[in-house]
Amino acid sequence: MASVTLDTVRKVYLGGVEAVKGASLSIPDGSFTVLLGPSGCGKSTLLRMIAGLETVTSGTIRIGDRVVNDIEPSERDIAMVFQNYALYPHMSVYDNMAYGLRNRGMAKDEIERRVAEASRMLAIEEFLTRKPRALSGGQRQRVAMGRAVVRDPQVFLFDEPLSNLDAKLRVQMRLEIRRLHQRLKATSVFVTHDQVEAMTLADTVVVMSKGEIQQVGSPTDVYRKPTTTFVASFIGSPAMNLMPGRVVGRGMVEIANAGTLAFDAGQFMVGEGDQVEVGVRPEDWALFTSGEGGLAFRREFVEELGATRLVHGSAGAAPIVVAIPSGANDPETRDARLVAKAQAVHLFSSATGRTLRPA
Amino acid sequence: MVENRRFGDILSYVILTLGVLVLAFPVYLAFVASTWDAATIANGQLPIYPGGRMAENYYRVLFQGTGSSTRQPVGVMMFNSLVMALSIAIGKILISILSAYAIVYYRFPFRMAAFWIIFVTLMLPVEVRIYPTYKVVADLGLLDSYAGLSLPLIASATGTLLFRQFFMTIPDELLEASKIDGAGPYKFFVDTVLPLSMTTIAALFVIQFIYGWNQYLWPLLITTKDNMQTIVIGIKKMITTSDALTEWQLAMTTAVLALLPPVAVVIVMQRLFVRGLVETEK
Repeated sequence: MASVTLDTVRKVYLGGVEAVKGASLSIPDGSFTVLLGPSGCGKSTLLRMIAGLETVTSGTIRIGDRVVNDIEPSERDIAMVFQNYALYPHMSVYDNMAYGLRNRGMAKDEIERRVAEASRMLAIEEFLTRKPRALSGGQRQRVAMGRAVVRDPQVFLFDEPLSNLDAKLRVQMRLEIRRLHQRLKATSVFVTHDQVEAMTLADTVVVMSKGEIQQVGSPTDVYRKPTTTFVASFIGSPAMNLMPGRVVGRGMVEIANAGTLAFDAGQFMVGEGDQVEVGVRPEDWALFTSGEGGLAFRREFVEELGATRLVHGSAGAAPIVVAIPSGANDPETRDARLVAKAQAVHLFSSATGRTLRPA
Repeated sequence: MVENRRFGDILSYVILTLGVLVLAFPVYLAFVASTWDAATIANGQLPIYPGGRMAENYYRVLFQGTGSSTRQPVGVMMFNSLVMALSIAIGKILISILSAYAIVYYRFPFRMAAFWIIFVTLMLPVEVRIYPTYKVVADLGLLDSYAGLSLPLIASATGTLLFRQFFMTIPDELLEASKIDGAGPYKFFVDTVLPLSMTTIAALFVIQFIYGWNQYLWPLLITTKDNMQTIVIGIKKMITTSDALTEWQLAMTTAVLALLPPVAVVIVMQRLFVRGLVETEK
């Protein structure tokens, strides 16, 4: 096993597009790190640079203590699982797994032992003689993972491996990947645009946008303490409500034409009169028919999801979503008061979009 | 439409049967003619059923030759045709699969220029460049040789284009997976690209074998020795005789023999061939 260290890694494509703008990241040995972001944010490019499938424009990539910038993919001691599985269609499942080992000149009985062990672990023993086309999507992905496992690599790289599976299988394979990681304890880097995958799998989530790393932290951190408005709106579903506001006193922020919200003054570095972006998660709101304080809320329509109900409306000029657990209080009136706990109110700089929490 | 299905079925069978008859009847006539003696055919009273001279005609044609200007048994001609057709088909597959691999998977200066130059040769079949090609072959001393028969026909772009199109459909991830599995360009070609190309190779082989087998103009120009003539040339020589009666039964026997190898190739390869032309499964 080994750690992976990126030092101001940049990737500029031939046409001048800067896909990754100076990413620095330290992935500790044995951790499960998820690169998360919308499509085109550079997460796949970053992963492919670690794999050696893309050249690095500048900066250094280390696997363990070794700088791997100019080392061939096969020499980096990594294994990669692709989105479309990338199994060799003309080879049997066994050969698919054994191919890389044979190329390394490994002894035949050692190959057999490793393939047998990996296929037992992934429950694909009965398919060993079949061709990939005779397998379902989930089985193919297992074979692809088996091909990675038999290599016994320093680092596992996953490039959106679950995107081609249907929703149910995705949940199942997610658990299996988690189980596999717990068992092998290998350093893993996993790319996805699906925040649920990221939150459930990761020790560390790396949120990326437009080629830049926005935040690195545990799933709880990126959810509870987003450092930018991008992270705030990207993590969590439905997205965090963001509205422009103005600090009007110690621990008070005013939303134009709607009212004021209290925030935890100890958490944020702000001065009176500052223009800020105020963020509150839909599930942190509470609705009341009357009362003082909070924001004036105008209800527009409701989405019923079963376990929760999403109430869409507005406060002043800002569109608002409120998530109410089924059974909790919903006044169902057109006008209501919208309240959030002070601890649930996030403040971001209007100018930079960065959090106003002191670092 | 459901109530008309029966009628529709019958109609399509009738049309198909007519089509088969129209196409197959001349071939059948040729076969029938190859089983009678010269006199029956010369009388203009060729029966519609096979006669009793089949063994004799075929034996004579294959091993002894005809009385006319071919002066060689058809066995020799068939061998010449076979060598030529196989050389063209195999040579073309070898050259085009390698050049397509280079064009698709390597990044080198003037890659697209190379591709377009190959592409342009599509517009220059042998018939167009026949004088310069003849000059080159003659200067190289390749007249009356198998190399002279096949080399100029090997060089063309169809195969390269076919393989290029096929290689473009192979997902990039397979190449990347191979890289990670430690397979270099040579191993990727042999272990992955070649096995995946099998059906395309079969399709190209069938097309090129028949193309080579049916060549007329080029062998006519380049061969003068009797023992180098191909079967297509042989048939032509048998039919146009100056001072003797055309031995139609022998010409037809030769024609039937000339038909057999391409048909055999198609029958043996047809499943692969059809898959190669319509292949999408990856």
